[in-house]
Amino acid sequence: MSAFDSEMKTEIVETDILVIGGGTGGPMAAIKAKEKNPGLKVVLMEKANVKRSGAVSMGMDGLNNAVIPGYATPEQYVKEITVANDGIVHQKAVMAYATGSYPMIQYLDSIGVKFEKDGSGEYNVRKVHHMGTYVLPMPEGHHVKKALYRQLRKHQVLVTNRYMATRLLTGTDGRIAGAIGVNTRTGEFLVIRAKAVVLACGAAGRLGLPASGYLFGTYENPANCGDGYAMAYHAGAGLANLECYQINPLIKDYNGPACAYVTGPFGGYTANNKGERFIECDYWSGQMMKEFYGELLSGNGPVFLNMTHLAEETISEIETILHSNERPSRGRFHENRGTNYREKMVEMHISEIGFCSGHSASGVWVDENARTTVPGLYAAGDMASVPHNYMLGAFVNGGIAGEDAADYCASTDLPAYDAADIAREQARVMAPTRRDDGLTPFEMEYKARRLVNDYLQPPKVTAKYKIGQARLAEVRDDLSALCVKDPHELMRALELQSILDCADMAAAASLYRTESRWGLYHWRVDHPATDNENWFCHTLLYKDEMGRMAHKKRAVDPYVVEIDEDEMGAYHQLRTPAIAAE
Amino acid sequence: MPFANHTTSVPVTVDDDKCIAEKGCRVCIDVCPLDVLAINPASGKAHMKYDECWYCMPCEVDCPTGAVKVEIPYLLR
Ligand SMILES: Cc1cc2nc3c(=O)[nH]c(=O)nc-3n(C[C@H](O)[C@H](O)[C@H](O)COP(=O)(O)OP(=O)(O)OC[C@H]3O[C@@H](n4cnc5c(N)ncnc54)[C@H](O)[C@@H]3O)c2cc1C
Ligand code: SF4
Ligand code: SF4
Repeated sequence: MSAFDSEMKTEIVETDILVIGGGTGGPMAAIKAKEKNPGLKVVLMEKANVKRSGAVSMGMDGLNNAVIPGYATPEQYVKEITVANDGIVHQKAVMAYATGSYPMIQYLDSIGVKFEKDGSGEYNVRKVHHMGTYVLPMPEGHHVKKALYRQLRKHQVLVTNRYMATRLLTGTDGRIAGAIGVNTRTGEFLVIRAKAVVLACGAAGRLGLPASGYLFGTYENPANCGDGYAMAYHAGAGLANLECYQINPLIKDYNGPACAYVTGPFGGYTANNKGERFIECDYWSGQMMKEFYGELLSGNGPVFLNMTHLAEETISEIETILHSNERPSRGRFHENRGTNYREKMVEMHISEIGFCSGHSASGVWVDENARTTVPGLYAAGDMASVPHNYMLGAFVNGGIAGEDAADYCASTDLPAYDAADIAREQARVMAPTRRDDGLTPFEMEYKARRLVNDYLQPPKVTAKYKIGQARLAEVRDDLSALCVKDPHELMRALELQSILDCADMAAAASLYRTESRWGLYHWRVDHPATDNENWFCHTLLYKDEMGRMAHKKRAVDPYVVEIDEDEMGAYHQLRTPAIAAE
Repeated sequence: MPFANHTTSVPVTVDDDKCIAEKGCRVCIDVCPLDVLAINPASGKAHMKYDECWYCMPCEVDCPTGAVKVEIPYLLR
């Protein structure tokens, strides 16, 4: 069609390290790789513009999981996350995060990211988790992206904005060899050959469909549609515990965070329609979401965030944080509805499903060095398997990935690749531009995601999952009719294909684990019990030699922090005693 | 299959009198994480070209002249 040249322009660039995704973890990977070895060439490829890309586009309200001396030890944190995640964690990676946490906070502080401090200049850490104290507010958290951007420039990281990576290049010897990207405004191709690639493409936040009538919700940055998961899968990497979905409590209709982590330490709490607290702890775990879901459906629903009892000064402080940082449109939403925190509780709902290790535990498998199962390929942030790692995890693990990749580059050369792989990928990418009519990306995305809601949203029922798989396969067949008229729509068409891959992975991973675990996240109605004998393990989903979706179990490595039997159940007793007794 | 043009009310409005795109400004277009803003060929000013939004607001906050307004659209209101 007219918006595309029939002659495809392809530029080939060589670099030492390619980082894909310039949101949170990606920039830190690039910066730390350059700090480790300033002689390396580092390219950062971003679908949007690094100035305002990623989940942290407008900054953040706080660090959700800061391990700060005096408040918590790395051992306590590893224990908390192990328990919150029903024991299925690679503790060495959680420990690597926990020990890197405080140095990273100091580093962020040194580059201009502001954290809340008390009168004597100490960090003002607050308690939200069930056991320990880990939340560090950032009332002036809107400067995060600016601070990162200054460092990218200082370290001369080469940034390519508005290029969407579509596939990774695998070398003829099986090592990672780079990636292929397409410009979202011109449709031009960029092939980047690299010795090491760091994936930091965020969560898969466009899996379930919001009820609003829009494809995009207000929570996860919609650019994070699962490209990273899909690219890792097609490159042969293992993906861990994808059945452990992300489901969040969000403001109803606004579909964004309320946010209990900010209001909790001030005394706000999750309540039912009687204004009563029904869970002891607002920290997002699968068990907490199961209680939330149960309350919504019971006669006690809807569920609310209650702040009506708080003092005027407290509420103004909360408003300043919640309506200026992170999600400033939240204030506008409440204003339209006449919701004043002083008088009215905020109506909440649960989100649609997604993949995310930032909040849950579904991600590309990485070890404590952020290495995936493909040599030279790293992953960090929401899309990597370190559970509950949030923003600070994206920074710390991004940094680990960048430093390890810098070391790896020193002892390796640019892998050879097969030019036919590039030609094949270009044909796939451009196919929808070669048709004059057919189906639009919007229609196909709507349908795929509606099927995800109808059949894959927990509670997970085997019979529904089977229908869902069959219907999603029909949508996949319809890709032969997908048609776009400009490069922007081409980006959406490619995103749709990542979404379809993620939907297939979600269904297959959920059917593989024949037990229930992680509360609502993996509640299999046909296998309601937790089966530690057979399933106390990670699941890895991968593409086998025949190109089929395959699964295997991976044993949980011996713990580095021992956990007592009775501590393990802590997150299973979240209901407040009064209500539990009812 | 033939296509239809579908009319919707968009959440982001640009005040043409305040917008200085003719002086080369592209700030809102550059920062939008979803790339949904563009120059309107009819007016030469920035506008919302695609009805897709995350309501994140850098377009409004970063605009040097305060020309951009992000509103919660009807379906979410
Ligand atoms: C609304 C919201 C509020 C949150 N609040 C908090 C909080 O208060 N405290 C906290 O600790 N954590 C919070 N989090 C979590 C935290 O923001 C994330 O865990 C963290 O930012 C994830 O970093 P990341 O690098 O993995 O992803 P991101 O920062 O989202 O970056 C991913 C980047 O990849 C790019 N990308 C995607 N696909 C491609 C592709 N194909 N090619 C090129 N680039 C691509 C995207 O454009 C994006 O820039 C919040 C998250 C959200 C969504
Ligand atoms: S940032 Fe403001 S002045 Fe600049 S193009 Fe956009 S609307 Fe116009
Ligand atoms: S609010 Fe965000 S997504 Fe919407 S137009 Fe502005 S920058 Fe783009």
